[in-house]
Amino acid sequence: MAQVLTMPPRPAALLSFEEVWVEYGDKVVLERVSLQIAPQSFVSIVGPSGAGKSTFLRLITGQEQPTRGRVLMDGAPACDEPGPERGVVFQRYSVFPHLSALDNVAFGLNCAGSPLLGRLFGARRRAVREEAAAMLEAVGLQDAREIYPSQMSGGMQQRLAIAQALVRHPRVLLLDEPFGALDPGIRLDMHELILGLWQRHTLTILMVTHDIKEAFKLGTRVLAFDKRRRDPQAPHRYGATAVYDFLLDRKSPLGVLSEMEAVQDIVGIAPSFDVPL
Amino acid sequence: MRRLLNVRPRGGGRLLLGLLPLLAVALLYLGASTARHIENPRDKILPTPAAMVVAMIDMAKVDPMTGRVPLFEDTGASLRRLTVALVIATSITLVFGLALGLLPIVRAGFGPLVAAIAVIPPIAVLPILFIVFGLGETAKITLIVFGVTPFMVRDLAAHVTAIPEEQIVKAQSLGASTWQTALQVALPQALPRLIDSVRLSLGPAWVFLISAEAIAADVGLGYRIFLVRRYLAMDIILPYVAWISLLAVIMDLLLVQVSRRAFRWAHPLRDR
Ligand SMILES: Nc1ncnc2c1ncn2[C@@H]1O[C@H](COP(=O)(O)OP(=O)(O)OP(=O)(O)O)[C@@H](O)[C@H]1O
Ligand SMILES: [Mg+2]
Repeated sequence: MAQVLTMPPRPAALLSFEEVWVEYGDKVVLERVSLQIAPQSFVSIVGPSGAGKSTFLRLITGQEQPTRGRVLMDGAPACDEPGPERGVVFQRYSVFPHLSALDNVAFGLNCAGSPLLGRLFGARRRAVREEAAAMLEAVGLQDAREIYPSQMSGGMQQRLAIAQALVRHPRVLLLDEPFGALDPGIRLDMHELILGLWQRHTLTILMVTHDIKEAFKLGTRVLAFDKRRRDPQAPHRYGATAVYDFLLDRKSPLGVLSEMEAVQDIVGIAPSFDVPL
Repeated sequence: MRRLLNVRPRGGGRLLLGLLPLLAVALLYLGASTARHIENPRDKILPTPAAMVVAMIDMAKVDPMTGRVPLFEDTGASLRRLTVALVIATSITLVFGLALGLLPIVRAGFGPLVAAIAVIPPIAVLPILFIVFGLGETAKITLIVFGVTPFMVRDLAAHVTAIPEEQIVKAQSLGASTWQTALQVALPQALPRLIDSVRLSLGPAWVFLISAEAIAADVGLGYRIFLVRRYLAMDIILPYVAWISLLAVIMDLLLVQVSRRAFRWAHPLRDR
């Protein structure tokens, strides 16, 4: 039995941020964000409102371009517009109101299969509908195939949005407060659902949340965004960055508790590091 | 006592409530007409219902001079003009409204032009149309198209622009191209609005149709009204106006039905 002596190679970063800045005019939203996201990690992102969490995700979807710095996927700049390798679920408006649940899920498959019409016929249509139905079943919506989103509860709509995003097998799934509008019981169901899908589909997930417990329960890594420095006269002159970055080791729940308190300080009572210039 | 806000008439009560004002108007007219006829039995300004029925029966008879039925001829000609114009306006709206609403580059290029066209009073253009297209059907149809299209295009573009950005991003993150997004996301959501926009444009469309017919035509509902005006033939004008209104109401109801049937998702079960 030969013993493997060398360490397995560390997986290369799936996403990397190199000195990224985002500015609107003279308002700095993000400053000097430098991060690597490993494949198959579940990254929870927390931070006070307005800290730039959504902006951070928008850099990955391609809705936003860095003012300075680069965002790389697999080492190549690939995020200048949304694409199927980066799935998204927003807090609201994530599903198409004019399509039934099944058609919402089939949307991505139809687009892939029919560049001209975006819809398929005959055997290919049947195959797509079967695949979409299987995906609906995976999120527990097997009984709601023909229902329109307006007839669904908030939780059902988010399940649908997740199924819709997963059907194209994205490398990264971006969730922006996906469970923010759901009540606690439904949230627990959704946690189980998303953890199961994350493991089964070997996904990389980045999820923004306001719930610190949720962040630590689901994530393998927790990022907190906030301003590192503040100028009381011109608060907009400094942007936020990842002020806290914690790789969760599931073996030490006690450590996690103190970590949660640390993050609570960041998100709740914002620390004020006034910089004397 | 419930708030007035929350009192919702239903079923028969609702029908009755809608009929009452109509009945009141009819009664009011009847009273005024009777009063005038007591003073002057040959009054032409407020003809009695009986006189109007007689006049309309005449209009619905074959005219021995031409061998045609004026009422049907007029109705056919007017509806043809209106329909052709609305089909053209709707097609233009579909293409331009979608493009303007969905593509920032088209909005930047053509937005100002559409806004400029929209403020031109269409009737002021009518002489130009008559000069360019002659006095035939083309000028009349063009007037209606010119009159309603800018509004419809802007309405639809605004509606498409208002589709949440999340949906557009979502479509792209599912691999949709610009074309697929237009066809499968923007178009289906634009269609119910397009029907509403046609409904709103029906009123102006009739105005432009009747104006054009009044000025240059030899058949049509507007033409007839302005022709018999010379003889103070209120017994024809009033039923014609009622007939035009009825046609407009029927077209409106048809469009609502089409929208309800074709776009079930856009009509939630409970309508306020
Ligand atoms: N188009 C824009 N122009 C100017 N400022 C903007 C624009 N978009 C976002 N911002 C600013 O960027 C900052 C970060 O916004 P972002 O939506 O990323 O915050 P967030 O952390 O997601 O907040 P929340 O928790 O409330 O969702 C905010 O202060 C916001 O005012
Ligand atoms: Mg946000």
